[in-house]
Amino acid sequence: MAELVLKQINKQYDKSVNANAVTDFNLHVKDEEFIVLVGPSGCGKSTMLRMIAGLEEITAGEFYLDGKLMNDVPPSNRDISMVFQNYALYPHMTVYDNMAFGLKIRKTNKKEIDRRVREAAEILGLQDLLKRKPKALSGGQKQRVALGRAIVREAKLFLMDEPLSNLDAKLRFQMRAEIAKLHQRLKTTSIYVTHDQTEAMTMATRIVIMKDGLIQQVGTPKEVYDFPENIFVGGFIGSPSMNFFNGRVVDGHFVAEGIDLKVPDEKLSMLKGLGYTDRKIVMGIRPEHIVLQSGESGQRYEPLSTKIIVSELTGSDMLLYSSIGDQEFIAQVESRSSVSPGEEVVLGFEMDSAHFFDAENGKRIKAYDPEKSAIKVREKQFSAEPVLRYV
Amino acid sequence: MKQSYFDSMTNRNRVLKIANFALLCLGSLLFLSPLWWMISTSLKTMKEVMSYPPTFFPDEWHWDNFIKTWEAAPFELYTINTLTITILVVVGQVFVNSFVAYGFAKIPFKGRNVLFAIVLSTMMIPGFVTLIPQYVLFAKLGWLNTYFPLVVPAFFGSAFNIFLLRQFYMTIPNEMIEAARMEGASHFYIWRKIGIPLTKPALATVAIFSFNGVWNDFLGPLLYVNDENLYTLQIGLQVFKGEMSTQWNYLMAGSLLVLLPVILLFFFFQKYFIQGINLQSGGK
Repeated sequence: MAELVLKQINKQYDKSVNANAVTDFNLHVKDEEFIVLVGPSGCGKSTMLRMIAGLEEITAGEFYLDGKLMNDVPPSNRDISMVFQNYALYPHMTVYDNMAFGLKIRKTNKKEIDRRVREAAEILGLQDLLKRKPKALSGGQKQRVALGRAIVREAKLFLMDEPLSNLDAKLRFQMRAEIAKLHQRLKTTSIYVTHDQTEAMTMATRIVIMKDGLIQQVGTPKEVYDFPENIFVGGFIGSPSMNFFNGRVVDGHFVAEGIDLKVPDEKLSMLKGLGYTDRKIVMGIRPEHIVLQSGESGQRYEPLSTKIIVSELTGSDMLLYSSIGDQEFIAQVESRSSVSPGEEVVLGFEMDSAHFFDAENGKRIKAYDPEKSAIKVREKQFSAEPVLRYV
Repeated sequence: MKQSYFDSMTNRNRVLKIANFALLCLGSLLFLSPLWWMISTSLKTMKEVMSYPPTFFPDEWHWDNFIKTWEAAPFELYTINTLTITILVVVGQVFVNSFVAYGFAKIPFKGRNVLFAIVLSTMMIPGFVTLIPQYVLFAKLGWLNTYFPLVVPAFFGSAFNIFLLRQFYMTIPNEMIEAARMEGASHFYIWRKIGIPLTKPALATVAIFSFNGVWNDFLGPLLYVNDENLYTLQIGLQVFKGEMSTQWNYLMAGSLLVLLPVILLFFFFQKYFIQGINLQSGGK
């Protein structure tokens, strides 16, 4: 059970190169939270995790675990357990010994070790495998042992570094649920790193989205999905990803080559109020907010006729790929609709669910933007915003 | 078209196999001939050794040469002496080099690469260059006529073995070490509980090579040991080499006896020998 405070954490690998792997990372993790750090490769999420683990030095900033400054505490004394992507099991030891390793170092008495290992094995369904060596295990079993090794120690904090990326799709799905279950049962504060937004969405209490070493947004899965702070978050979270259109708002309509969509009143007044009329702007709309319209146009939907380039049936849904001008987009419609490539259709855009982004800095245009009204520092907005909100 | 014998894949393979085998037999006979010469000499009388033309097989098989050889000098004592040195050196080489190699491979510290380069560069210095300074050093330490000069250096690492073991350690994923660190293990503990068990094949190679080196070492004991009670087997064999003549038959018999453990070692640890050679050539 632990509470983490990460204050202005910076990581610079090479002093001669003036580029940070992680810049001004601020986060307050509450007890029992399951935090997922997500972002494309090279965004600094693993580096951040390794700094928390103590495997990397923190260049600048402070890391507190339960109120204690941890910067200079060696990993062995942090009471943190970690699960690695490639499992990192000790190949010469049995499953039992692998799980007991940490407890033996701590000189826990034998009975206690045995009790804890068996308990963990039971939780993870490893009872029959305790005498095997890692070589004789499947990928999923290995990952389970790695998890078991982490939980027997009953550490304050769990760190997981892409634990599922070496598994095949089906197993990943299974293990995802299992890890979530495990967290519900043990309630240990956890930090989980992944590049897979689905994992992030399904498992997290809160998601931290990172790019180029900077936090882009921190929030619950619902928050980041429904209210992405910027174009990057909008595009990264959600699959298939959000569609973006470059255009302008003219006379209450979003206009671009071949596009003319009426902007709902509420959004329009906001855009007007913030002076975004007749300026370059980016509209983002998720594929599921575009529907196939047959003839009559519904109230909520703004019609747009287009030609379908490719249609993909995923099973539960159908994805329609299409383009207007030079802008491609995807609509996610009912699987029962029968649309063939090349067909001209009318798509309905649910404009209430559309987001508008500043074309210059990529940030979502919100009704209340404290920075816009107070100080106008454009460049810094990107990084500074989540800082103000969450620490 | 008429089918020839070589059109069939099986036939062709069979012929190739036979040719291969014959060639290999011939080669091994060639390489075994010196050993046979040694064995045959050890079984001859001195007269026959010197006879011309030389005989490939002894006329009379003098098995008693071996007993005479063994009794010609206190070889039991020499064996114990040699074993003492060998065991100490092997233990030293295996543990010290493994320890240092672990550090070079798995503990990041400032200047690691530079230090490693310096260690490696000592490999380039021919042993004979340092022979005299070393002798002077050991003389000043008062270690002449003791085993210290033969044993103590083994506890200070050897560049080649460090290199070999480091390469092996590099194949162990860092995550494994990190996982152990996270679980609260010190580097020393990790080296003991994870490093050593996982590098066993490489350690066996180091053990075999150093055993071979020490067991057959002639120059070291010759330089530093004068007391007859401290002689090793290799020095002991010199009793058969007189100023005027050498008793070749006894020398060969003695050499064979001394060689025996090395040959046995090779038979039992062939696998590791070959692995070791692969490691050396970067074949791993």
